[in-house]
Amino acid sequence: MSELIDFLIVSIALVAIGIYGLVVKRNAIRMLFSIEIIANAANLTLVAFSRGLPNAQGQTFALFSIAIAAAEVAVGLGLIIVAYRLYREIDVAEFRSMRG
Amino acid sequence: MADPVFIAVAVLTVGAAIIALEARELIYGAVALAVSMLGIAGFFLLLDAPFVAVFQIAVYVGAVAVLIIFTVMLVRTQALFTTKEDKKRKGAGIALMLIIMASFGALLLASGLNGQFGSFGDSATVDFTEIGELMLTYYAPALILMGLTLAGAVIAALALARREDVEQQHERAD
Repeated sequence: MSELIDFLIVSIALVAIGIYGLVVKRNAIRMLFSIEIIANAANLTLVAFSRGLPNAQGQTFALFSIAIAAAEVAVGLGLIIVAYRLYREIDVAEFRSMRG
Repeated sequence: MADPVFIAVAVLTVGAAIIALEARELIYGAVALAVSMLGIAGFFLLLDAPFVAVFQIAVYVGAVAVLIIFTVMLVRTQALFTTKEDKKRKGAGIALMLIIMASFGALLLASGLNGQFGSFGDSATVDFTEIGELMLTYYAPALILMGLTLAGAVIAALALARREDVEQQHERAD
């Protein structure tokens, strides 16, 4: 069976991939993907520690985190649609002015 | 040592996360992101947290992935295909990713967490009835706040996505 450290290493790998996406990608939807990957890595860490202790509060917090992340995606995609309507573009480097 | 199922799920999750960011077409990236979320749900199952795993599948694969795919379809396809990223920036990004992985990985392996709690196979698990009890007693105010936050987010998303120019034309027509 696997240990706590294995899950933490997978979580670190996912966080690093997410940060790479945030730094390199200029497509707004791909940046949202990166944020989702980082949020999921955080959830994985919470549940892994919850299993190790063992303590139900980690899983409870992971549930709250998943629900809040869903709300965040809804608002983020709404913002992307508004930005696309204004600029006809989803490249974040093109979102220069604050008009609208 | 990690077991084969764990390694398979880890490769699936991390590989799908990389494909989600690197796939040429954004719609394939969205599908790969959904696969990555499924892999995370698999980790939750390996961690004896079936309730969180089912919640993860329902919310991420059921709702978030579908929402993202709809948005990708709404946006003009030409804007999705153009990849305007310079090679230098990408190289620096990959270097940053490897540095974060190596440094935090070394930190974790050297820390006291390595070997702590032992193997997960034999220790006691968390009963999911305990989660429900916690949510309705100690975390009840947080649960209500979360409901209000979700309602606010839904209203905000509706307000953002509303087309004001079309509505103004309707008003003029009236």
